[in-house]
Amino acid sequence: MARLTFAGGIHPYDGKELSKDKPIQEVFPKGELVYPLSQHIGAPAVAIVAKGDRVLVGQKIAESAGFVSAPVYASVSGTVKTIEPRRVVTGDMIQSIVIENDGLYEETEFQPIAPVEKLSAEEIVDIVREAGIVGMGGAGFPTHVKLSPKEPDKIEYVIANCAECEPYLTSDYRRMLEEPEKLIGGLKILLKVFPNARGILAVEDNKPDCVSLLKQLTKAESKITVKALKTKYPQGAERQLIYAATGRQINSSMLPADAGCVVNNVDTIVSVYRAVVEGRPLMERIVTVTGDAISNPRNFRVRIGTSYAELVDAAGGFATPPEKIICGGPMMGFGMFDLNVPTTKTASALLALTKDDVSAMEPGPCINCGKCVEVCPGRVIPSRLADYAEHFDEEAFLKNHGMECCECGCCSFICPAKRPLTQEIKSMRKIQLAKRKKG
Amino acid sequence: MSELYKVSSNPHIRSKVTTSSIMLAVIIALLPAAGFGIYNFGPRAFVLIVVCIVSAVLTEFLFGLYRKKTTVFDLSAVVTGLLLAMNLPVKLPLWMGALGSVFAILVVKMLFGGLGQNFMNPALAGRCFLLISFPTYMTDFGSAGTSFAGKVWDAYSGATPLAQIKAGESVNALDMVWGRTAGTIGETSVIALMIGACFLILMEVIDLKIPGSYIVSFLLFVGIFGGHGFDPAYLTAQLAGGGLILGAFFMATDYVTRPITPRGQYLYGIFLGIMTGIFRIFGPGAEGVSYAIILGNLIVPLIERVTKPVPFGKGGKAHGRQ
Repeated sequence: MARLTFAGGIHPYDGKELSKDKPIQEVFPKGELVYPLSQHIGAPAVAIVAKGDRVLVGQKIAESAGFVSAPVYASVSGTVKTIEPRRVVTGDMIQSIVIENDGLYEETEFQPIAPVEKLSAEEIVDIVREAGIVGMGGAGFPTHVKLSPKEPDKIEYVIANCAECEPYLTSDYRRMLEEPEKLIGGLKILLKVFPNARGILAVEDNKPDCVSLLKQLTKAESKITVKALKTKYPQGAERQLIYAATGRQINSSMLPADAGCVVNNVDTIVSVYRAVVEGRPLMERIVTVTGDAISNPRNFRVRIGTSYAELVDAAGGFATPPEKIICGGPMMGFGMFDLNVPTTKTASALLALTKDDVSAMEPGPCINCGKCVEVCPGRVIPSRLADYAEHFDEEAFLKNHGMECCECGCCSFICPAKRPLTQEIKSMRKIQLAKRKKG
Repeated sequence: MSELYKVSSNPHIRSKVTTSSIMLAVIIALLPAAGFGIYNFGPRAFVLIVVCIVSAVLTEFLFGLYRKKTTVFDLSAVVTGLLLAMNLPVKLPLWMGALGSVFAILVVKMLFGGLGQNFMNPALAGRCFLLISFPTYMTDFGSAGTSFAGKVWDAYSGATPLAQIKAGESVNALDMVWGRTAGTIGETSVIALMIGACFLILMEVIDLKIPGSYIVSFLLFVGIFGGHGFDPAYLTAQLAGGGLILGAFFMATDYVTRPITPRGQYLYGIFLGIMTGIFRIFGPGAEGVSYAIILGNLIVPLIERVTKPVPFGKGGKAHGRQ
């Protein structure tokens, strides 16, 4: 049974009014576009073009390097300028293909696709893999892997994650309002992969217009339901979403498939639609450029590889000098120190804030108030886990379920002593995950 | 790279609630009861409150000088001083109040590592320290000069209602709810205390888990073992008398010294209810709240150990498929 919510969570200022009424605008980039070969979880793609090659829009420039990997496509036409390590949003240097845009947007011929009805499940998964589609909500897990669970017959729900619970983000919202038929079409394609599954469009109830629009459009679809979930961060976190939509719980070591679920983000599902129906690989996405430091907050249709600096220009530049720039939402996004990095498949937003809460507040001692326990959707004790992490007490950290943290940031947000709880726990989790990998 | 922006780990936003804003809320919540205490017991109550607060803050400030770290601005020392004063009888010599504050801040709080590290509620430990050291002064609820309440003053001094009940005398429950009785400065008026408690609940500083389970289990206990059955007048007197309301809403809920686990908080409340009942009915004195809470503080680690929350998706019948 659906709970439509979960225990814990927070209600931060959502800032969506800055950009929610701005229709999606196309951005035409100038100069060079940068395509990191690793925009997904898994093996980095392998470049199949060389310096000096001319490429067209929609041409594959890097090939997938294994099952858990994804190819990369050019989003502009032009010449390959170089292939070298470039800085990405996380601050790392990643091997990237750099293309000088010739501004002609000459397209390759997109393969006409057989009618969707005639496609088999395997063929759909193949198309998705070939199109380079990955989880565009932020994780970047290759979508074809999600679509290939051990027992596809046991999948009972395909959930479209339309929660968009991160404050400030409105890209999914605009997508749902402007192209709902593509979202629904994409979901129907996914349902073809899982014959026994029903589709759920899980929307937070702060978007009533989306809920009623999607309900109206799916009236005739017996296998698809729209669920209005309670607005609360992190409603869109995979495990919380599954619980809210189906009443099923999974822990950190389980996959959604263990609860008979497959979860995909709005933009991902639309990309599946475009790949299957229009034959277009993943070349663009919607990016919200917003924050109180931005002159004209906007939702942009962005050719992947475009520099963030160009998006800021397209949004009228900065109204006030920003103190902090975030790639993604304020709860789980990355702080950026430089704007000259490329957008990738997982770039949902650019947020520029005039004031940085984190550096403005000095952390103090824990007063044991328990607010982190109240808000933690993972039902652990963040303040204690952060202590164990700080003192590098691995045994206590693992024994007290430190690995169940989903790094949503609720504890750091709510902490009155302003302790960096999420950061401490995250660092320890990283070390433990690396140890696990080594065996 | 022309300019660099600030970076940090996520999340990048913080709630506006801070340690000092919480402490300020507690101070505001204590004001109605403190104000009633001053009205009820006269200007000396005000002087005693000021002495306790000043000596608590000064102790923390001087200790901070020694440790080269100023912590007085988190306002927690003000809360401790105020709470201690509200737990003292109005006639207590001022130097004793100051000594209680110094003990609470220096020994109970700062020597254990400062805010967040103490395992006992400093104000209550200070009170118990005074109660053991100066029992006659601490249980003398006589008059200390002119009261703002005027001519009905005599009714407010002398034996506390709980002592009267214990001696088999009858008490006026309505007076107890208003607070027109003898007792410590801040404990007498249920109404003033409840105004503050409601404020704290609305501000989400405290919730009803501990006060609720504390009061309900206490009433059940005295109903069963008190020898008066569930007589409404008797239960009202037990509820309104002594430091129960002050203790349940303002001291048992002290963050640092109560369990952090939600289930542990219920268990803690029940433990306090039973201990208070035992002390009041079977103990030599009429009061029991302070000792019950101090004892409760000591078993918090044990309570937390047995009430660890179950992580999301682990165990329980909602695990995986239904």
